[in-house]
Amino acid sequence: MSSATATMEPRAYHLPEEPHLHEGHSTNLGFWMYLMSDCLIFAILFATYAVLGGSYAGGPGPKDLFDLPLIALNTAMLLFSSITYGFAMLAMEKNRVSATQGWLFVTLLFGGAFLFIELYEFSHLIHEGAGPQRSAFLSSFFTLVGTHGLHVTFGSIWLITLMVQVAKKGLIPANRRRLMCLSMFWHFLDVIWIGVFTFVYLMGVLR
Amino acid sequence: MTGTLTTTQMIFGRLTWDAFPWHEPVVVATFIGVVLGSAALVAALTYFKLWGYLWKEWFTSVDHKKIGIMYMVLGLIMFLRGFADAIMMRLQQAWAFNGSEGYLNAHHYDQIFTAHGVIMIFFVAMPFITGLMNYIVPLQIGARDVSFPFLNNFSFWMTTGGAILVMISLFVGEFAQTGWLAYPPLSGIAYSPATGVDYYIWALQVAGVGTTLSGINLIATIVKMRAPGMSLMKMPVFTWTSLCANVLIVASFPILTATLVLLSLDRYLGTAFFTNDFGGNPMMYVNLIWIWGHPEVYILILPLFGVFSEVTSTFSGKRLFGYTSMVYATCTIMVLSYLVWLHHFFTMGSGASVNSFFGITTMIISIPTGAKLFNWLFTMYRGKIRFELPMMWTVAFMLTFTVGGMTGVLLAVPPADFVLHNSLFLIAHFHNVIIGGVLFGLFAAINYWWPKAFGYKLNQFWGKVSFWCWNIGFWLAFGPLYVLGLMGVTRRMRVFDDPSLHIWFIIAGIGAAIIAAGIGAMLVQFAVSIWKRDELKVEGDPWDGRTLEWATSSPPPEYNFAFTPVVYDTDTWADMKKNGYQRPLSGYQAIHMPSSTGAGVILAALATLCGFALIWYIWWLAGLSFVGLVAVAIGHTFNYKRDFYIPADVVTRTEEERTRTLAALGA
Repeated sequence: MSSATATMEPRAYHLPEEPHLHEGHSTNLGFWMYLMSDCLIFAILFATYAVLGGSYAGGPGPKDLFDLPLIALNTAMLLFSSITYGFAMLAMEKNRVSATQGWLFVTLLFGGAFLFIELYEFSHLIHEGAGPQRSAFLSSFFTLVGTHGLHVTFGSIWLITLMVQVAKKGLIPANRRRLMCLSMFWHFLDVIWIGVFTFVYLMGVLR
Repeated sequence: MTGTLTTTQMIFGRLTWDAFPWHEPVVVATFIGVVLGSAALVAALTYFKLWGYLWKEWFTSVDHKKIGIMYMVLGLIMFLRGFADAIMMRLQQAWAFNGSEGYLNAHHYDQIFTAHGVIMIFFVAMPFITGLMNYIVPLQIGARDVSFPFLNNFSFWMTTGGAILVMISLFVGEFAQTGWLAYPPLSGIAYSPATGVDYYIWALQVAGVGTTLSGINLIATIVKMRAPGMSLMKMPVFTWTSLCANVLIVASFPILTATLVLLSLDRYLGTAFFTNDFGGNPMMYVNLIWIWGHPEVYILILPLFGVFSEVTSTFSGKRLFGYTSMVYATCTIMVLSYLVWLHHFFTMGSGASVNSFFGITTMIISIPTGAKLFNWLFTMYRGKIRFELPMMWTVAFMLTFTVGGMTGVLLAVPPADFVLHNSLFLIAHFHNVIIGGVLFGLFAAINYWWPKAFGYKLNQFWGKVSFWCWNIGFWLAFGPLYVLGLMGVTRRMRVFDDPSLHIWFIIAGIGAAIIAAGIGAMLVQFAVSIWKRDELKVEGDPWDGRTLEWATSSPPPEYNFAFTPVVYDTDTWADMKKNGYQRPLSGYQAIHMPSSTGAGVILAALATLCGFALIWYIWWLAGLSFVGLVAVAIGHTFNYKRDFYIPADVVTRTEEERTRTLAALGA
């Protein structure tokens, strides 16, 4: 072993030139990890709904409350917003600032429509006496769906911020990176919603 | 919530003069002490004109080394608070016999045992290990900083914000009286209507954001920023165990966040998650909180397993025995820690099959842990062992932790657990592993890396005094608890009827006093070492270390390494020394570094203020601070200039300074 070491080429133990780590080299990985940690929060809320979803406490159940056509419309709004966000990203790839901004704005409108319908649904339920305090089922329903809605709300604030930043600075690398992160966030919320629509609404009405 | 609010209530929520504990002499005396102490500190800082220095060089710094040290300071301060709680409990339990009520009423005593647990886990152990990982990991992997330096600063201040909320609860209102995990329905609004549980919730939520973000940050750092040549299986073991601990953080703290959100919804909005009525299920809270809670104990111990590996190998002058098995054992423990949570409530009626499953998975964890112990022993075997302080703590750990591990396996047997659960035997067990594992590991780490961080060794005499006080004190304090637990004494008791138990509590109290002497000796050790730092001065590598952090100067320059290191072997620095590495003396270049920012401090301050307002139902303030929080966060994203270059001539000057120091020390 020692003789082998002695005859070995002298090793270079440092780089002579400073390597250039490009800015935001870890952002993608870091943001994925954030999304997965957020996913865990939703996992807990789903699990809570799975445990408590049948505890009506003598109150109304999913069949009495859920208005499927309205929820289908709502789902369509969110899915459309995901497509239009995709178009915004395609425009960004082609370096077209105004097209990117336009699609982002359309995304914002769809997101806003989704939130509006959700708020209408919530206020309707509360008005009917089916608020989150009524039963454990409704507590877990409002918390799961509301947490998703809260995410869409903050996503929309973020989207507006990015539109301002793109308007100010253009599609510089930092802004592209940010748009990419919001894109992942937005699609992630879409995936979560598909879970909500399936497990809460569709299976709720079947129950 | 009904009726009209007065103006005072609108402004101050439920915060009134009665919230201040005037009638509790113990608290008032403490309060006076704290006020005088802080006044003296503020005066001293102002007199020596240190505020600007602290703000510029420390509070707003994104340097991982400075943040690491600030975490350690936070941990130390909170440790003194948590230990004060401990010694008060010991005194109460040794006192309250033969008809005496002791000196603490139930209201106060229940807060003390809750605060003790919460502080020791969240605001002592967590800051300590996070600080350690922050300081050491980037140095061990040859990086200049972490992946997200600003987030790192923000995380630290969020942890501090949580600690501040807990400290405020001592003097304004009260802390939870529920035990450290705040099980409902006791922690629900019906049984705990006061502010205690709210302090608990918001302190943990504010700090939890910091912990999760710092976990993400350190994983990204380890995955993305390793020096060229350092493949995963060439990483130092401490970096490996840190990676696993941070994976556990990211995969478990969101569960705590979600669970506490549900509890706060129950308390604030009247939902029915964990209530007795309206279909709620309190058992679900117990499940959820332990799905976070069990990984948490491995988050605490894994980094210290890494410390013991580094220390054993360095002070035995040998490569670590079984590096690969050490890595696999760590990863196995990481996965298994998710499959054992139910052993915390075997008695809650899950049935024999479920209990068996969780009993067996729990026992299986002792296999990789045992493998680690044998690896350390085989590393020492035929090594040239130097019994310096870090090594002494490591040996003490091996002896203490093994006993704790064995009582743990005993408790993992469900039928035995039915007899011993909730008893002082359990208390003795987890203090045996947390003190013997986490704290002893931290003491080993502090003694080991102090010269790295400050450029001088710690005083040995006072270190040894502290070592022996801790070891003797520990067994005197917790040995009796094993005995009492086997006799059936349950935890969290304030007064006792059976005089035959008295002697054991007196012995335990004496043990706690000896531990207090150990803590005192450690503070003296720090003071003496700082005082005599010129005599204890060392250069980069005082212990004949083996990993990359010893390759640079002590303390390391802001940029850590003048040139990015290239790695060929697991023990990089040992490999460099063996192959006659020569430190480069010219050709320095400008180095790209992140800039300091005050945004982290401001954001965390607003979050803490928001938490305080929510605790006291001061809705306008909660809303205002939350809006402020979002606004500052958005404003911060408009700052695109977050980095700067250290000019080549500054690097040259720093490195030439080091060349002179090395020459002066004859190295």
